Amino acid sequence: MQFIRSFKFFILASLLVFPIIFNQIGMSFYLDLATRLCILAIAAVGLNLILGYGGMISFGHAAYLGLGAYAVGIPAHHWLYGGLDFLATTNGFVHILIAIAISGLFALLTGLICLKTKGVYFIMITMAFSQMAYYLFVSIEEYGGDDGLVINTRSEIPLINLDDPIQMFLVSFSSLIFFMWLVHLITKSNFGLILSGIKDNEARMVSLGYNVYFHKLIAFIFSGIICGFAGVLLGNFTTFISPEMIDWSRSGELMFMVILGGVATVMGPLFGAIVFVILEEVLSSITIYWHLPFGLLLITVVLFFRGGLSSLFSK
Amino acid sequence: MDYTLLLIQVLNGLQLGVLLFLVASGLTLVFGILDFVNLAHGSIYMLGAFVCASLTYALDSYLLAVILALPIIGIIGYLFEVFLARPLYSRDHLDHVLGTFGAILVIDTIAHLIWGPAGIAIPLPNYLDGQIKISENIELPTFRVLIIIVGLLAAFGLLWLVNFTRLGMLIRAGASNRTMVSALGIDIRTLFAIVFAIGATLAGMAGMLIAPITEASLGMGNNVIITAFVVIIVGGIGSVKGALVAALLIGLIDTLGRAFLDDFFKIFMSAAAAENSAPAISSMSIYLIMALILSFKPNGLFPPKLR
Repeated sequence: MQFIRSFKFFILASLLVFPIIFNQIGMSFYLDLATRLCILAIAAVGLNLILGYGGMISFGHAAYLGLGAYAVGIPAHHWLYGGLDFLATTNGFVHILIAIAISGLFALLTGLICLKTKGVYFIMITMAFSQMAYYLFVSIEEYGGDDGLVINTRSEIPLINLDDPIQMFLVSFSSLIFFMWLVHLITKSNFGLILSGIKDNEARMVSLGYNVYFHKLIAFIFSGIICGFAGVLLGNFTTFISPEMIDWSRSGELMFMVILGGVATVMGPLFGAIVFVILEEVLSSITIYWHLPFGLLLITVVLFFRGGLSSLFSK
Repeated sequence: MDYTLLLIQVLNGLQLGVLLFLVASGLTLVFGILDFVNLAHGSIYMLGAFVCASLTYALDSYLLAVILALPIIGIIGYLFEVFLARPLYSRDHLDHVLGTFGAILVIDTIAHLIWGPAGIAIPLPNYLDGQIKISENIELPTFRVLIIIVGLLAAFGLLWLVNFTRLGMLIRAGASNRTMVSALGIDIRTLFAIVFAIGATLAGMAGMLIAPITEASLGMGNNVIITAFVVIIVGGIGSVKGALVAALLIGLIDTLGRAFLDDFFKIFMSAAAAENSAPAISSMSIYLIMALILSFKPNGLFPPKLR
């Protein structure tokens, strides 16, 4: 147990220290990689809340990443080019508020319908709704449609300069720690216990008098908001957003991170994101056809390794 | 209103509908009978288009190519069942989704390696490339009419197969109690593999039919699969009849929405506002319809009575 705890601490500490050291000796590439990793890990943490702890298999969580990124891009676009004055701003807090409101609202509206269904219906409907968001942004010409939207100015937050890669990384890293801690708190709370009760035996929780639908909906919204926040960081990091970020294969990659890392664990999403980002980087540097080995690996993991990476460490 | 245009658009909607049915019927059969979620179904649709394209150039005949490509896709579907689907039947749906998602990446990349990144157009023979003259000023493209006829024939053939043949009886029996069927001496594994191969063949056929119009391209499978999901969700997962009704409904709504929604909006809003909002709304229309139907019937229009 002691060994495992120090191992986890070691992973977190190296994730914080090494990218900065590499950056200082001129290899800024690794800093970017680590920032991307942290942002994807936040989204995976958000997805894990419902997929891992709540048993709701959402195949549409890339939509929230996209919504969050557009919540940065659209106000910045209007700030620069005019139009929709009430929306035009570069204030980071406003961006975050918009992202939270929009992703929460999207989760509420789709969740109201999705959560009436179970199993495969749920998987397919979450997928369909995220594809709806995809086609919506494709069809809006003003925000670049298919070609995407260049985010000209990053969000402005007092005392923090997101244009500085190190500060961008530190913000992403500390956000990741914050959300891992927050999801950990939620799952240990009364609400979290009810949620995992629903995952294990929904009928029993109904007969115990819990409002199952309501609890699932709250968790669904919360998970969407976390991914929306990750989207704000992603938009600021890449300074570009296109509908392609919402595509369902992105949702599949998020799911892969959560499953590979091990569902319903605090560190799982981070492990999953680390493995995914490294795999993507290594494989795509070898061949542009990196989806082939990646797909084969995915099939192998599903067929032969159940329980993900975390099970290797925690048993 | 221009009735010729309306007729053409209805025809396009029906064409999209029958193609969606060919893809969705395989999905709904495999799910209803095998309880298996196959995301890679769209990739098989894409393979159908590419294999047909290559054979058309090799044999110099579209018709021969289709006849030869159908069994090839069936065999690919059979192999897919044996190597990937079969080991996953006993797992939960999450594993199905992840495993077949991996299969999509593999199949798409292999297609990329074999056929390259650009799409391949399929030339039609002259006798299919013309127009059918219905009246003085209405002409319909022969090939589109043919797609609708072939698609409807396949639809009714499938309904007949499932409801009125011995094979269909075994399939339905296997769906309701697979242990009992195998205890009666039926090789249930081969039966399931046949169902899978039939589903794959239908999807491949849809790909072959659409390819001369659009061309065979890498992204086509992933575009169609989500719409096919919407179809089977609306129709009720597992119901072939539901898939047929929903496919025609979705096909018509999508096509007519794209064609006429801006005219419709202009009735009650300014032309500029209508032209801005219509594309956004029509691109979401089928999902909004799905949401609407699900809020009244969470299990779709024709939920199967079994299970």
